Amino acid sequence: MIIDHPLLGPRDSAEFTYLGDASLIDRPDGMAETAAEAFYAYQYLRDNPAGLHRELWYHEAGDRSWLVVTRDTVTHEIISVELARDVARARGRSR
Amino acid sequence: MRYSGFRVIKEALTGHKGWTPAWRDPEPQDHYDIVIIGGGGHGLATAYYLAKEFGQKKIAVLEKGWIGGGNVGRNTTIIRSNYLLNGNEPFYEFSLKLWEGLEQDFNYNAMVSQRGILNLIHSDAQRDAFIRRGNAMILNGADAELLSVDQIKARYPFLNVNDARFPIKGGLAQHRGGTVRHDAVAWGYARGADSRGVDIIQNCEVTGFRTRNGRCLGVETSRGFIGAGKVGCAVAGASSRLMAKAEMRLPLESHVLQAFVSEGLKPVLPGVITFGAGHFYCSQSDKGGLVFGGDLDGYNSYAQRGNLPVVEDVCEGGMAIFPMLGRARLLRMWGGIMDMSMDGSPIIDRTHIDGLYFNGGWCYGGFKATPASGFCFAHLLARDASHPMATAFRFDRFEKGLMIDEKGVGAQPNLH
Ligand SMILES: Cc1cc2nc3c(=O)[nH]c(=O)nc-3n(C[C@H](O)[C@H](O)[C@H](O)COP(=O)(O)OP(=O)(O)OC[C@H]3O[C@@H](n4cnc5c(N)ncnc54)[C@H](O)[C@@H]3O)c2cc1C
Repeated sequence: MIIDHPLLGPRDSAEFTYLGDASLIDRPDGMAETAAEAFYAYQYLRDNPAGLHRELWYHEAGDRSWLVVTRDTVTHEIISVELARDVARARGRSR
Repeated sequence: MRYSGFRVIKEALTGHKGWTPAWRDPEPQDHYDIVIIGGGGHGLATAYYLAKEFGQKKIAVLEKGWIGGGNVGRNTTIIRSNYLLNGNEPFYEFSLKLWEGLEQDFNYNAMVSQRGILNLIHSDAQRDAFIRRGNAMILNGADAELLSVDQIKARYPFLNVNDARFPIKGGLAQHRGGTVRHDAVAWGYARGADSRGVDIIQNCEVTGFRTRNGRCLGVETSRGFIGAGKVGCAVAGASSRLMAKAEMRLPLESHVLQAFVSEGLKPVLPGVITFGAGHFYCSQSDKGGLVFGGDLDGYNSYAQRGNLPVVEDVCEGGMAIFPMLGRARLLRMWGGIMDMSMDGSPIIDRTHIDGLYFNGGWCYGGFKATPASGFCFAHLLARDASHPMATAFRFDRFEKGLMIDEKGVGAQPNLH
């Protein structure tokens, strides 16, 4: 698979390590009443879809940036690649 | 029909006209007491033990394709019980004991071959860890032996013990481990179940569950609604897709694992060998092909085929310990979809819906578990209580912090 890095252009997926579902960006509020259940779901439960999947890849052997890759898990086709930083900011994280 | 040596001779003398199909091809009935979804090793074994050991009647196995076309027909056929942790080791040892009597039990030649498995050691720290694992195995009634480099050299002269980066320093052997003809496991259980009245219904995909007041009434399928008193799901890599129809999110990711087989060779490899520094394992099939594999590709996948970086990595691992492998040509490679769980251990449990039961999370090691998984799942379905060997394989272990994490890598399915 070739990941089209937003800053560096097309890179071999072997340069990256894989973390998993991009929902891991949405870390729950540890102070909330429901924190225990929320963290359980966050840490352990996954949609694991057959089809489009938004997922976190880390460019370990490259520029060390985190990417959100939208990929089809049935065909391995990569639909889009964004910087995780941009995705997180757009969701109101890291202000 | 019972299979025996006598029968083979008799059929040979009478033109092989007496053989009958090993299982029927029945139309689905309107209602069963127990419906098992998934005609892989685990689903078929469950149906077999339900009928044979737990006296259940009116059972069906629903398979979306043909039986044995999933992981049970794609794996590298290694059986062993060399685990460390309490929840796992007794279960896998129970499974190995069932393998030892399986062929007589279901009257089918599954080519169970206890040729032994050797895990290689490459460092002092690894030796300590393997000694501890060996002791845990022995405490649980399994066999384990620590081998020195000289013992390994004598038995496997072709191993490269002096690799500059990963010299071989010893090994942990389980002599009762080995390989089994994987397809024959599916076929043997199918035949054994069918002969006890189980309906094996192929080309029948389950597309949903019918529930009322929190109770499962049956399944919607590509061949119409089939009612059921109880429903057991054993669909391995498709677990999340299926259970999503029951509004469940599982502690699983589906990952692709590749396997490889070389051209047929004369007998060169007398057992199963695993490389302890990278991830590589190899055995020789009775047909002569070297069967080997390594790591997961490492990303969520339902594709049943992998990519080239892992092919290269597996072959490099192989070359590091078996330089002779470089002379063999690769015949085929393929992939299967693993139900990788968050702690690397399986689940055999009830669900929040009455009458709906789940079996999955077998990762890349569910083939060896087939007999015990079927036995314990049948116990759960028939008696509504966990089998004593499978009490740790619960859904709520993640919520309660009771993970069974052999590798200690945490909730990262692609690292287990
Ligand atoms: C390359 C590879 C190597 C492996 N090596 C080993 C090994 O050496 N040792 C070991 O112990 N394990 C190994 N495994 C793991 C082992 O094969 C699996 O854990 C085990 O086979 C899973 O259980 P199963 O046999 O029931 O799965 P499967 O054979 O996959 O059965 C599941 C069945 O469910 C069916 N299904 C799915 N969805 C539906 C639906 N909606 N309706 C009806 N039917 C459905 C599928 O078609 C499939 O036939 C390996 C796996 C792979 C892929």
